[in-house]
Order: sequence, then C-alpha cells, then structure tokens
Amino acid sequence: MNRMLNDDLQLLNGNHAVAWGVRLAGPDVAPVYPITPQTPILEKLIAFQAEGKFDCDLLTPESEHSAMAAAVAASATGARVFTATSSQGLMLMHELLHYASGARMPIVMFNVNRTPAAPWGFWPDQTDSLSQRDTGWVQLYSEHPQESLDTVVQAFRIAEGCELPVMVNHDAFYVSHAVEPVSVPEAEAVRDFLPRRERSLWLDTGLGRSIGAPAGQEAWHASRREMDAAMARVEGLTREAGRLWGEATGRVYDVLEAYRMEGAQLAFVTMGSMAGTAREAVDALREAGLAAGLVRLRLFRPLPAEALRAALADIPVALVLDRNFSPGMGGIVHQELAAALYGHDGPRLHGFLAGVGGINVPVERLVALAREYRDAAPTHAPIWLE
Amino acid sequence: MDISRYEDHGQFCSGHAACGGCVEALTMRVILNEIGPDAVGVVAPSCTAVILGGYPTSSARIPFIHGLIETAAAMGTGVKRGLAAQGKGDTTVVCFAGDGGTYDIGIQALSSAAERNEDILYVCFDNEGYMNTGGQKSSSTPHGAATGSTPLGKATVKKNLIEIMAAHRIPYIATASPSHLADLAAKVRKARAIRGMKVLIVVIPCLPGWGVADDSAVRVARLAVESGVFPLLEVEDGVTWRIASDKTRPIDAYLAGQKRYRHLSDGEREALQAEVDAGFARLKALEAINPG
Repeated sequence: MNRMLNDDLQLLNGNHAVAWGVRLAGPDVAPVYPITPQTPILEKLIAFQAEGKFDCDLLTPESEHSAMAAAVAASATGARVFTATSSQGLMLMHELLHYASGARMPIVMFNVNRTPAAPWGFWPDQTDSLSQRDTGWVQLYSEHPQESLDTVVQAFRIAEGCELPVMVNHDAFYVSHAVEPVSVPEAEAVRDFLPRRERSLWLDTGLGRSIGAPAGQEAWHASRREMDAAMARVEGLTREAGRLWGEATGRVYDVLEAYRMEGAQLAFVTMGSMAGTAREAVDALREAGLAAGLVRLRLFRPLPAEALRAALADIPVALVLDRNFSPGMGGIVHQELAAALYGHDGPRLHGFLAGVGGINVPVERLVALAREYRDAAPTHAPIWLE
Repeated sequence: MDISRYEDHGQFCSGHAACGGCVEALTMRVILNEIGPDAVGVVAPSCTAVILGGYPTSSARIPFIHGLIETAAAMGTGVKRGLAAQGKGDTTVVCFAGDGGTYDIGIQALSSAAERNEDILYVCFDNEGYMNTGGQKSSSTPHGAATGSTPLGKATVKKNLIEIMAAHRIPYIATASPSHLADLAAKVRKARAIRGMKVLIVVIPCLPGWGVADDSAVRVARLAVESGVFPLLEVEDGVTWRIASDKTRPIDAYLAGQKRYRHLSDGEREALQAEVDAGFARLKALEAINPG
C-alpha cells in the first residue's frame, strides 16, 4: 500500500505542523512554557488533548527552567518527553541543556529561532540556538512547515537511537507562522517508524541506580568520551531516519541538501528559511548563465564536516549566509564551515551577516552578491548585508 | 522513640558521607525507612547530596536523580509525571533540598509545584545557611546569626517559609526535629498517605555552621523546639494549624550552645527573645482561628 495516497493534506503554519508531528510521535510527558512565537505549538497540543486526540501529560510550570527540569526528570523515568521554546526561554534553560545531554536524556525540543534581548525583538534570528551549540544537544534546522513536521518525528528516532537530546529549530514567523499545504502522515506509519526502545539507564525502584551523582575525574572524563561516541553516531542515525521516513512518506531527508550543485561555479551555504530565498537566487543566476548552487545545512550539531567538504569539493567560491551574529567573530555557520574546510582544498569563503534581526534579504540582493563576489579574493571579516 | 530499639528497614546504608555527629543522616534514615522501597528520590546539590555519596555508590536503597540546586520541586514533578504516564503512579516521589535550595534559589519552582498541587513529598533540611559551601547566610538564616557572609550577625529575620507554603493551600505542611524522631516518622507516614503536595521542614543544627559540639546536635535541636524557636507543627490545607510543641523555656540555653550567637549583647538577646515570643504567639493565634 502506498501510504502517500492516504496522506492528509492540510493547510498548516509551521508551529501547527510541529504540533501535528508531536501528536504523531506520542510523547508521554510534555512540560511547556509559553513564549512568542512558540506558543501556537503549546496551544495546538492542548487543543489536541482537549479533543481526546493526544494522550500526553501536558504541564505548564512557572518557567522554561522548570519546564526543562521536569522534562529531564520525566525522561529519567524512561518516559518519552517533548518540550518547546524560543529565544529567552531557551537561554533560561541553558544550564539544564548541559545536564540533559550529560545525563543522556533523549528529550526532543522544538525551538523557534528568535532574536535575543536587548533590545527586545521578535524577529527570526538563529543566535539563540547557535549559542547553545556546545551544550551537547543535536541540532537540526528546518526550512518550511512540512519539514518541521517531518523532522520533529525523526528527532525522536535520532534521540532515542543515541540517547542524546535533540533540538529542532525553525525561524520565527517566516516558518513558524507561514501557512503552507502540509501532508500529515498516518499515525500507523509513524508508529512503525518510531518503535519504543528500552533505555540503558532509568530511575527504576527495582534497581536503585541513581542518575547524575557526583563523579570522580575519571568517571566524569569517561562520560564525555561516551557522549563523543554517541555524537559520532548521530550523522548516520539522521541519514537512516531521513531514508526510512522517505520510504514511509515519499519525503527523503539527509544531513544537508544540495540544490543544483551539478557543475556549480558558486555555492550559497545557509540554514533555515534563508534557503528559500537562496534557491530562487540560484535559479535566477542559472537562468542568467552563472552556474550557482545551494548547500542547505540541516544537521548543525554534530557538524557533518565530511559531507560539507564533499558537497563543496571543486566549487571555486562559497557565500555563507548567516542569519545570526556572534559579536567579535561574525556569522556562526561561516566560522563552522571555515573550521571544517581548514587544511582541505575547498572554495574561497565569504561570510555574510544576512538578515540579522529578521530584515528582508531579497532574491535580487543575493544575485548581486554572487556577481560581486564570484571572482573576489576570500574575505575573513564578516560582511554585513543592509 | 528509643533509638536503641529502632527497627531499621535498611533503606539508608552505613558508610554514608555525613560529618561525624551530623543529625541530617539520622533524619534521612528515619525518612527513607518510613517511605520504603517503592519510591524515587530527587536531591538538589546540598549536604544531602553529599551524604548520599558519589558515583558509583549510594547510601540510599531507592534511586535518586541528583538535580540542579533550584530544580528539586520541578524535577520531583517530572519524575512523578513520568512514572504516572507509565502506570507507576503509586510510587512515592520524595525531594530533598537544603534551605538554600528551598528558601532561596528553589522557591520559584517550589511555589509552582505547590500551586499545581503536585503529588510529591518535599523535604527541606533546614540548617539555616549554605553549610555545604562553608557556612554563608541564606534567607533562612535567623536574625542575629553570624555566618561567613554575615560575620557581624544577620540584620534581617528568617524568611517564613511555613506561612508562604500555607498561602498556597497545599494539603500538608509539617515541621520536624531530629530530637523528636517518633514525631518525624509519624509525619512522614501521614504525608505518604496524602495525595498532593506535602512539605516537611526539618531543623538540622549544623555542627560547624552553627558552632555546636560534635555530640550536641540532638540537644540543640531539642532546645530549638522547647524554646519555641522551631515549634513542631502541622498545617492542613493551608488553614488548619496544629502547634504540637509548647514553649517551655527561654532561648538562653539554645543560644548559649552555638558559636553563631556568641557575639550577641544582652540587649540583642532580649530582642531575639521578644521576636521568638511574638512568633510563637502568632502561631497560637493561627491555631485558634481554625482548630483542627
């Protein structure tokens, strides 16, 4: 039976698509605190619960800090756990993000990328999640509502496969509130895709083993070596999840997406909704005779360095579009890509702070950039786009 | 309770890491024995976490999650919800935190768990300061007490956690003392049988933090109860107050046994006595409003 034929096509915004994915994944517990622009995820889940369609213990503690603390503790009992947040909420969780990964809790969290204060802003910007890159969470970035639904389900499979927490991100408003036709898979297909797995350690009254107790230097060191080994498995798990999801739904995913990279003389590299603009710029450039392509990074942590190098091999120049800003250094994807390419043959790199604060970056601006930088010597300092 | 005839259920093991003479270990033993094997614990960074011991050992038979200092109530919530979602809703969830993790940094999460009436037993071992870090003041440190961060004596009064929790109208609040172990055991048994949020505050005289002799923590705790500094009480549903201990002596002997009060002048001691008298009178008045 071709399950695609039974797909239920709905008009959903990005956040409601996430809520559908969570409903299908079936977490046991979901502690969530409201924050703009994440709140529609929480409200949609509560609506599903009120309809009797979502059998999950949803609770709303007094802060994101307590939401993540409850998520960690619920996960420690062996329960499947989901939470969602954005910006300030994610940053309030910071110390618990380290705890969750150190304790190897396969929590799935959806983060809606939003500018951090000050000044206050509610605009798409990935600095909130990218500044959590060293917390030991797997990070995935979605471009559109369909991908957000698909990825949140895959995230549970990845998290439970490596016993590390997974954060899936999409951009505020450009994705979170943009309405598109979204195919909602059958519950049965998701159940097959996401079987329950036994955990290696959980709070069990019969066993009496504790979690997180103070450890000596050797044991603490070993815990990080084990996390490193688990992280090393994530790229494969992400590919496997993307392939199996493709078999179930017809929509295949990889750690990155290469768009029109055949014979490309120039590549854009970006994450999230910026890829939509870049894709149109690629089409326009190809139309005008410049062989451009796009590499959209989907898995950011662990960074798929080898896949990036392979995608950019033989490409003379790459323009990195960062909708984030690390003061004193520049764009974070630019830094990461430069690190991945260091010591290898690779393209000349130019890093652009593109759309920081959510400002619009039109297709024509990217087309002009490509023409301006196709033959330029590599630049190390970040270049601001107005 | 005659401790020499205490029937131990082995829920708290020998070889724990408490200071010699520390009565927190004694109270943990009684509490864990009363709670029994069908329980999961949450512990905030505190003396309790130290006493439970480091990986790969534990002095408790039940499993613990060693949480973050401000998360005991939120993690208790998560453990309870996670267990209940998997058909283990009858398992007792007990949280242990110190006064720093309760009165100070953990009060936000504690208030939220109380407001939701989470089905957890929250135990605060109240040694009136950050004793695990060498003895600094917390908002539980009493007026006049010297600590590492209040060397001249704390200028403000101890935060009234009991009335704060009572204002949440949770089913059960109690105080207990290592000098009255049968009372402690009975309160844990009672709390276990109640669905919803239970808060138990146990006074723990800290040997180095309070400056008391190694063999005198139980005696100091008894003096705290008998002088009305730390009355034994229960509050049900936030409105029914029962004050079980009488104020039978002045605070002089209680203060004299502790180095943290050594600097007080006669006038300051008299002022503290007046504060204790007023506090006890207030409790009796609360009891009279709605006797159980």
